Amino acid sequence: MSELKRVSSNPHVRSKTTTSNIMMWVVIALLPATGFGIYNFGLNALIIILLSVASAVLSEFIYEKALHKPVTIGDFSAVVTGLLLALNLPSTVPFWVPILGSIFAIIMVKQLFGGLGQNFMNPALGGRCFLVLSFPALMTNFVTDTYTGATPLANLKNGVEVNVMDMIIGRTGGTIGETSMLCIVIGAMILFAVGIIDYVIPFTYIISFVIFVGLFGGYGFNFSYIAAHLAGGGLMLGAFFMATDYVTCPITPKGKVIYGIILGLLTGIFRIFGANAEGVSFAIVITNLLVPLIEKFTIPRAFGIKKTAKKEAKKA
Amino acid sequence: MARGTFTGGIHPYEGKELSKDKPIKIVFPKGELVYPVSQHIGAPAKPIVAVGDHVLTGQKIAEAGGFVSAPIYSTVSGTVKSIEKRRLATGAMCDCIIVENDEKYEEVEFKPLKPYEEMTAEDKIAAVREAGVVGMGGAGFPTAVKFSPKEPDKIDYVIANCSECEPYLTSDYRRMIEEPELLLEGLQIAVSIFPNARGILAIEDNKPDAIAKFKELTKDIDNISVKPVKTKYPEGAERMLIYAVTGREINSSMLPADAGCIVDNVDTLCAVRRAVMEGRPLMERIVTITGEAVENPQNYKVRIGTNYRELLDDAGLKCEPAKIISGGPMMGFAIFDLDVPTTKTASALTCLTKDEVAALEPSACINCARCVEVCPERLVPKNLADAVEHNNEKAFLDMYGMECCECGCCSYICPARRQLTQLIKGMRKIQLGKRKK
Repeated sequence: MSELKRVSSNPHVRSKTTTSNIMMWVVIALLPATGFGIYNFGLNALIIILLSVASAVLSEFIYEKALHKPVTIGDFSAVVTGLLLALNLPSTVPFWVPILGSIFAIIMVKQLFGGLGQNFMNPALGGRCFLVLSFPALMTNFVTDTYTGATPLANLKNGVEVNVMDMIIGRTGGTIGETSMLCIVIGAMILFAVGIIDYVIPFTYIISFVIFVGLFGGYGFNFSYIAAHLAGGGLMLGAFFMATDYVTCPITPKGKVIYGIILGLLTGIFRIFGANAEGVSFAIVITNLLVPLIEKFTIPRAFGIKKTAKKEAKKA
Repeated sequence: MARGTFTGGIHPYEGKELSKDKPIKIVFPKGELVYPVSQHIGAPAKPIVAVGDHVLTGQKIAEAGGFVSAPIYSTVSGTVKSIEKRRLATGAMCDCIIVENDEKYEEVEFKPLKPYEEMTAEDKIAAVREAGVVGMGGAGFPTAVKFSPKEPDKIDYVIANCSECEPYLTSDYRRMIEEPELLLEGLQIAVSIFPNARGILAIEDNKPDAIAKFKELTKDIDNISVKPVKTKYPEGAERMLIYAVTGREINSSMLPADAGCIVDNVDTLCAVRRAVMEGRPLMERIVTITGEAVENPQNYKVRIGTNYRELLDDAGLKCEPAKIISGGPMMGFAIFDLDVPTTKTASALTCLTKDEVAALEPSACINCARCVEVCPERLVPKNLADAVEHNNEKAFLDMYGMECCECGCCSYICPARRQLTQLIKGMRKIQLGKRKK
């Protein structure tokens, strides 16, 4: 053994989890909701999903090729973006809408700010918000006349019966992936089980939203009213899959709680006091912008540093 | 208060099965033995032998170079061949005393001291100092200094660190199974130095047989108890262990004594026992030779100064190892050459068949917060590493970068394979250098 051995700084072992298998798990967890969306809305939904995913991956590939950057489509993050965007579209949109949305999400929201890890807001939601603002009519044209974010609330207000069971299973109108609370929760369970997301953000989000709606919704803590709010609109999809997007949520433990609470409050405000039916997308996108600020003020005190000792430790 | 664990931490592949059930084997060194004068934290020892001198086993060959220092003893009989710079496992060059072994093992006569019950605390500490005992878990802090806190009566606990959380290592485990009395007596001696102290054996719960054994042995001893702690890396890190056992937190600028604790490693306490009860200096330790590339992974009782190559030759190689690590895979030093001596702090040699780290390209951080979750020091490694990359020293210090214990959890867990620990470590070195100025 005369030749020299390879050296490096410790540690010399690594865990098995990589960026690409995290993204794979997210895709797997989205499959129940995707499957139900296709079952519920038919072939159109399938085509929109495929177009959206394909154009997201392709625009990332072309952008990176054009700029001579390393191609990163292998990490599956573009797939996740494309899929999430498709799940946030109504099944009635013309086929150029998912393509345009994906291109906007990948190029404008993600790549122009430096690619994976650098985007300041969730690319899929950025894409969706862009589409909602640009083509409001297309984006709120749902097949069935049953349900949009505001409709069941209006129904409730008018004393019309809302079938909460239908809403939980997902036999209602809405965007492709948001209708089935059940499928989304199954997906979320997968993510919890493999440790991809933790419960802090979704639960603080949902709990603070429920409290807000209970206080200001005008119906108190009425079960079917609250249930309709939870099962309706993009809340479940948003809370479990988009608010928890790693890149755009805080990494500090306290920051996660604050982030969840702000999300809940904003969603409540938009849904109850806002003119628009949509609450979740804008709440998440706006809160995303607050993340650097939240993080800055929630850096935890290190182990063994006492409150009073803080300044001394800094001096030392 | 005592939760038996801490927040954060990781569960790497343990690899302890490889050598866990192999009894300790004694090896006799051949040829030359190398004794670096710096095997401990503090001032280097001063050689007191000259080239050509004949030395005996257990003869002092270098004396302590200051208060925070430790003497060094020859572990074989033979002739001092030279005093020259040699490379150590850490990669640094260091003055070394080189003794040619005559393989006769003629010993100096060790004078057993009085029974320890009759000795004063000062006598015991002096015996430990004279024997050159240092922390053998890795840091190499002179034990006599550790035993001399400002206020000995404020020490509540002497904790025997039997957690051995580092993957692959089984040397402490074998010691606990094969020579439990030695460790127990060592701990009793350490406890007896402090008027108000209790002894605690903190053992990770992946060693149930060791826990059972010590529970049995300590059942009639009032001031010593066993505390099973959760199996998790880095449970055996001093600050984490104190928290797990007592619920007390200390930061990087405090000593365990500030929390009323003294923490000592298994082999160290055995050395304390030898020093106080037999008057024998620190001459041997248990070293685990392990890893997938090793034919017969084993635990060896090694005379300090033995070349690593001899140990590996005895254990045999299955295949050419991709990486050789002095110590375990989390905290150990990768060595580029086997010709380095075992020292007082050498716990293992781990030979890996694949170099996991070199094959991995760091990619963009996805902000997943895993590093924050695993950091036992409650730091935000991602932000610290960013601060280092931007050379933003103020941000680094403001975010408690100096509290990092360099355990490597963040690098281990990072799905983007960023070199978080390495970046933080580099900046800490720079800052520590600045402090010294």
